[in-house]
Amino acid sequence: MPVSLASSRVIFEALKKCDVRLVSALPETWLVHLIRMADDDPEMILVRLAKEEEGVGISAGAHFAGVKSAMLMQNHGFLASINGIVSFAHLYKIPLLMLISYRGSFGERDPWQTQGGNVTEALLRAMGIPYSFLDGIENVEKRIRQAQTLAESSLQPVALLLTRDLMWDE
Amino acid sequence: MLRLDCLRAVYPELENCLVVTIMGATAAELHSLGHRPNFFYLQHAMGLASSTGLGLALSLPNQKIVVLDGDGSLLMNLGSLSTMARYRPQNLVHIVFDNESLLSVGGFPTATSTGTDLEGIARAAGIPMVLTVRTVEDFKSTVKNALDGEQLATIVAKVEATGPSGYVTDISLLENRFQFRRYIQSLKNR
Repeated sequence: MPVSLASSRVIFEALKKCDVRLVSALPETWLVHLIRMADDDPEMILVRLAKEEEGVGISAGAHFAGVKSAMLMQNHGFLASINGIVSFAHLYKIPLLMLISYRGSFGERDPWQTQGGNVTEALLRAMGIPYSFLDGIENVEKRIRQAQTLAESSLQPVALLLTRDLMWDE
Repeated sequence: MLRLDCLRAVYPELENCLVVTIMGATAAELHSLGHRPNFFYLQHAMGLASSTGLGLALSLPNQKIVVLDGDGSLLMNLGSLSTMARYRPQNLVHIVFDNESLLSVGGFPTATSTGTDLEGIARAAGIPMVLTVRTVEDFKSTVKNALDGEQLATIVAKVEATGPSGYVTDISLLENRFQFRRYIQSLKNR
């Protein structure tokens, strides 16, 4: 499987450096290595979800408890989480660090992913969610740290879009 | 059985727990008995009270967590039962007030009014301790046993579809949220 193991490792180590101790996730192809790394790490609590919106509540609970968390999901999982983000995270000022695999963008071969790719950034903007990209291995650690810093200081959800350039070894 | 009487019966036991409630009547009734800094009222985001309880329970394994859920909210997030059962935190007690109605948004009947069995769903999801109670006495003893026990429990309390006249409390959402978090941090510093 050409999902980049090296990039996944760099992302996971960056999360650990940011003191992330709980990760919620719903499997998707690009995230398989990351989820496995979280599962194998005794310092990390991995919560495998039935649906991504649960992750908003779980991250809120972790935040109340003083535990830093991250959400791993596909952009379609972000779409499935929108009510939770608006009527919990935004309403109650809950910091969320959302790592979203950006399917359906340039280079996408799976027809079923393409519609979600069209609307992802427009929805992030409409919701007022600050976002940036993880698109090169050299930027990963800094961007994740910056995203978490902003989420914690502004007490709001912040998104990082995991791009094909980073996640897929063509 | 009235939800308010159930809440009154276990109110003393909730003092040493972290409590997450759903929106509307449940929040307003608990609040009416006397707000405490360890109570968090999730006034929107239906379905996510149980997920919030799970996040708390996994993050604070030595702290008892109580979720006051409802049939309408739980039906919006049935997958939460399978996620809770998957990790089955020993410190989480999940109480579902089943009034067979979306009372707080107009009183429309939910699927539990036509036979959907939340106890059966919770048991089949893998929750280790699941019970349905129909009297205040049973409710009180079951909740107490669950709090004293060491396993994840879902307690379905069949209650009447009645509630308070209004749902707005005198604590703002953000005030509640910051107070709740500050309270938890103060526990850690004790």
